[in-house]
Amino acid sequence: MAKVHVTTTINGEPMEFLCEPDDTMLDALRGPLALTGSKEGCASGDCGACSITLDDRLICSCLMLAVEAQDHEIKTIEGMAQGDKLHPLQQKFLEMAALQCGICTSGMLVASDALLRKNPEPSEEEVRFWLAGNLCRCTGYDKIVRAVMETAAEMRAQ
Amino acid sequence: MTELRYLAPGTLDEAVGAFAKAGSAARILAGGTDLLVQMRSGLLKPGVIVDIKKIPEMTAIEQTADGGFRIGAAVSGMALAEHKNFGRVWPGVLEAVNLIGSKQVQGRASAGGNLCNGSPAGDSVPAMVAAGAIVTVQGPDGRREMKVEDVPAGPGRTNLKPGEILVSFTLPPRPPGSSDAYLRMIPRTEMDIAVVGVGVSLTVKDGTVTAARVGLGAVAPTVLLVEDAAKALIGSKLDDAALAKAAAACSAACRPIDDKRGTIAYRTRVAGVLLKRTVAIAAQRATQKN
Repeated sequence: MAKVHVTTTINGEPMEFLCEPDDTMLDALRGPLALTGSKEGCASGDCGACSITLDDRLICSCLMLAVEAQDHEIKTIEGMAQGDKLHPLQQKFLEMAALQCGICTSGMLVASDALLRKNPEPSEEEVRFWLAGNLCRCTGYDKIVRAVMETAAEMRAQ
Repeated sequence: MTELRYLAPGTLDEAVGAFAKAGSAARILAGGTDLLVQMRSGLLKPGVIVDIKKIPEMTAIEQTADGGFRIGAAVSGMALAEHKNFGRVWPGVLEAVNLIGSKQVQGRASAGGNLCNGSPAGDSVPAMVAAGAIVTVQGPDGRREMKVEDVPAGPGRTNLKPGEILVSFTLPPRPPGSSDAYLRMIPRTEMDIAVVGVGVSLTVKDGTVTAARVGLGAVAPTVLLVEDAAKALIGSKLDDAALAKAAAACSAACRPIDDKRGTIAYRTRVAGVLLKRTVAIAAQRATQKN
């Protein structure tokens, strides 16, 4: 198959990569782009471990073709921390032990960040519904939901 | 291994040309939330993918001069939710579209894809049927319009002709006292496929229903327009007798399958129950607006 040349923006940086026409965005991120923070859990859009944003909209990178990134803007977990300074959600997940094995964590963080950008004061129910597309088999979700609620409260106070 | 070509034309004419030329090897890509899963599982090996999202008409939401809406076939559920007016005029259509998958899926999945997949259980379809949506399709022989309920032909099949592409949904203007609602029954609280789905659109004037449409999903090979249920509601004040008659009409329309999500008896019963609940929500919305 002839490789396709794609020009895009990832985490604010202009990027180019080569991919097969049927590669998913997740394949491109974890392959040629070497951004392995996004995880492949199910490869069918059920688990959310590959969550990224496309033009600031939350999506599963396993359900997007890499060639579709042309002229669009992608953000991944790698763009969340500012250098050594963790994003408040990342910091809070650590403090409140909102992760165990870590496979779901980058997707949880990307999805939670997308929620708080849209709704800085979500109810617990809104957090739970928003994160319904992110599966975690370790934590039972409670610590994750509490960490998101607490981060939202702290970010509002700042 | 088949060579896959990805095309992202900027005009509908180019898309129709490429799609028709590639024949049965071609697939349309809107949100891709079903297509990519089918490709990954090996169920489907398309030779050509025609991405329609670079065509402005496919991703536009427009309020028409008469107060109706035109929604491009590839508009994502999230984009529809973010529109400032759409959810106020068509809350039932919006809640149906927004029940498809997770927030991640919402970021991509479209009502156009939901309709063209031909699933009897697609959530947006009964609500679109209740809304009286008209779809515009374009193919090698030009453009035509179809009633949304005429699009599904059976599980996984549509009445679009070879080479035709779904372009948009047109929803009619709303008289005062109108609203809609969609409810589905699923065995869990989120992220599941409907066992029964009911869309209801009502116009209520001085407490009496003057117009009604009922769409019913997941209980037959295609989503159904249940005209007998609408007839039972029109002219009534939504009294118990009218509701019972409309519910019975929904149950009578059911030709469901038995599967792990629900038995024939269960789906048939629930269709009537959900009709009553959906009517109550639509009526409350229709009357509180005035």
